[in-house]
Amino acid sequence: MIHQYTMFGLNIVLDVYSGAVHAVSDAVYEILLYLADETELPDTIPANVLNILSERYTKDELIEAYGEIYELHKQGLLLTDDEYKDLALNLPKKSVVKALCLHIAHDCNLRCSYCFADTGSFKGKRSLMSFETGKKAIDFVIENSEHRRNIEIDFFGGEPLINFKVVKQITEYAKEQGKLHDKNFRFTITTNGLLLNDEINDYINENMSNVVLSLDGRPQINDRVRRRVDGTGSYDTIVPKFKKLVESRGTKDYYIRGTFTANNLDFAQDVMHIVSLGFKQTSMEPVVVPDTEYYAILPEHLNKIYSEYERLAQIYIEKRQSGEPFNFFHFMIDLDQGPCVIKRLSGCGAGHEYLAITPDGDIYPCHQFVGDKNFYMGNVFDKTFDLSIKEKFEKSNVYTKPSCQDCFAKFYCSGGCCANAYHFNNDINKPYEMACAMERKRVECAIAIAAKLKLDE
Amino acid sequence: MKQIKTLTKASLKETKSKGGCGECQTSCQSACKTSCTVANQKCENI
Ligand code: SF4
Ligand code: SF4
Ligand code: SF4
Repeated sequence: MIHQYTMFGLNIVLDVYSGAVHAVSDAVYEILLYLADETELPDTIPANVLNILSERYTKDELIEAYGEIYELHKQGLLLTDDEYKDLALNLPKKSVVKALCLHIAHDCNLRCSYCFADTGSFKGKRSLMSFETGKKAIDFVIENSEHRRNIEIDFFGGEPLINFKVVKQITEYAKEQGKLHDKNFRFTITTNGLLLNDEINDYINENMSNVVLSLDGRPQINDRVRRRVDGTGSYDTIVPKFKKLVESRGTKDYYIRGTFTANNLDFAQDVMHIVSLGFKQTSMEPVVVPDTEYYAILPEHLNKIYSEYERLAQIYIEKRQSGEPFNFFHFMIDLDQGPCVIKRLSGCGAGHEYLAITPDGDIYPCHQFVGDKNFYMGNVFDKTFDLSIKEKFEKSNVYTKPSCQDCFAKFYCSGGCCANAYHFNNDINKPYEMACAMERKRVECAIAIAAKLKLDE
Repeated sequence: MKQIKTLTKASLKETKSKGGCGECQTSCQSACKTSCTVANQKCENI
């Protein structure tokens, strides 16, 4: 399977199953339009293709173009066949738990209108995780991670800083237990920043390998949605705090992560605003809410969003070429090296490798399933753990999702978000189409950026 | 080659036999987290 498209004046061809990327002439591009479904090629150009294209290209040109296509095909870099299906459908079934999302607080000091967590409460009562629950969660992951050494703990909420004392206690406990059980714990935290101070910054810098800081961009955009309980905006308070934290972080990872909605389809402006504040590591995500919300992203917004991604991609290239540090999360694809194909086809790990733990110690497949009785998996106190739900998630991968079969982005996307699939289509194996459309565009942009940067080297 | 510039040969197929160790980061794809395009994740096994 190949995917071909043009961007930045380049004809780009992605060979899906080998991962090879080529920049091709117009003649090659047009010949490939006729061969796209082939996996076996004749050694000379098919007569019908030669005839049709002779109107626009010389015969020599077409023969040369085909020769090159054929050569790459023989090398396994073009029009290659799917060799992963059997592997994917027979993956070793027993995966181990290696990452936890700890819901440190089912409460928040903001009331963002798009919050998937029902402004922090997760459709339940507002509550905080106790150290006791955290301990049990750490014990649980140690017991269930078998030989896996690297364990991730994400402190999530609601807003985790409203219960920071417990974040510290859990971190220290995990470090201590990690030494005893030969586990390498890595911690991350996601925060809205309101409660950051020097002491918290120091602790985060020392212990957290990544921190995700939520900011939507321009003041009016951020404050329209990310409001406090009293309705006032958060921008003026959080921006200086984020700056301070990031400056003190040195080379450690962070992301300024924003959400765009139908209110700011010109979100490249917001990314640029974030960059103008001095932040280099950015991410901007489409909001996911029911279509009935006034700021929901709808199919009629897609064209505008596509051109916005392209605009951002253009800026990304310019900044890269002028040596100005700037990262946009979704455009960072290393064409030469990336995860193995097994990782690429197996997705996020929700429900089997990655689990969410609530303040009460309840276990759910991930933060987006928390509170849904159908997905309750057990509890860290009584050590119940429903393996039938685990199995359902374990079995799901790009090859179990019908709509991913013909999708060129499958080894970059890995099958999308199961939670979105369930919430929109009632089935973890039916990806949410709007997210797919945007993901495909981002993958196209990312590959085109990498291609452009390589060619201009 | 004159008409095709191959920008990467990175052969996914080679990773088929040696991959799958599971030591790398999990990669939540959702908007509420550090949503990831899986392809930008680092392999921990090279
Ligand atoms: S660490 Fe590398 S080889 Fe192991 S599963 Fe992840 S991407 Fe694959
Ligand atoms: S973009 Fe959608 S269809 Fe394509 S691989 Fe991802 S989830 Fe599957
Ligand atoms: S199901 Fe969606 S929200 Fe949950 S971990 Fe996977 S990608 Fe993230």
